[in-house]
Amino acid sequence: MVSITKTDKQPVGAHYGWREWLAQRVTAVIMALFAIIIFGFFVIKSEISYQDWKALFGSQLFRVLALLFLISVYYHAWIGVRDVLMDYIKPTAIRVTLQVMVILSLVSFTIWSIAILWAQ
Amino acid sequence: MSARSQNRPKVRLKVRPKYYDLNLFNLPLPALVSIFHRITGMVMFLFMIPLALYLLQATLKSESGFNFWSNVLNFPLVKLILLGFVWAFLHHFFAGLRYLLLDLHIGVTKAEARTSSMWVFALGAVATILFGARIW
Repeated sequence: MVSITKTDKQPVGAHYGWREWLAQRVTAVIMALFAIIIFGFFVIKSEISYQDWKALFGSQLFRVLALLFLISVYYHAWIGVRDVLMDYIKPTAIRVTLQVMVILSLVSFTIWSIAILWAQ
Repeated sequence: MSARSQNRPKVRLKVRPKYYDLNLFNLPLPALVSIFHRITGMVMFLFMIPLALYLLQATLKSESGFNFWSNVLNFPLVKLILLGFVWAFLHHFFAGLRYLLLDLHIGVTKAEARTSSMWVFALGAVATILFGARIW
């Protein structure tokens, strides 16, 4: 093991970024499980009719699971895109503007998702 | 300036040579997995999420919408674009699983990390080809 005796790291508050790190992994596991279930559905059903498609999204349980999946996608995307913006966009004004745009689009996607799932 | 940085010994280090090799093809495999994880993530955010939501809405709204988009997805060029998106998802998926394993301290040595990177690329490619065979 490497032991660090002296560091110039700026103290920025306890556990800084730890919550995002964990949230990214929890959402990843939720998405992976849902993706495997969806994949299984398409493998078992070779031909999907409009009636099958409607019936699948007609189930209240499936709608809730689908929304849980989509919210995981949006939260996961927020953390990932934020990491990318923090790494490559150095001017604060531009970075914050882009981050606000990303948040607004992800909140819009969430509202749109609910509208789609419960429109039936 | 913090107290700590003022106490630092004022020794100028010899200027060290810098060598940036930014050619993607010369990167070690784990670095290539990492940068493609970022690129595929951005592609999914920018293009795939809005497109998938639009398609979900259009195909659920009416039977004619469902049939229209089913027909569109039958064009070979559209299938090819779809395969590109599917690869982006699958690469991100397998690279993500690899990171989850690394978080659990599985496969952290250099040799193992290189082998698992090879697996990520291989599984992404094979799964994309299998998906392509299924929809063609």
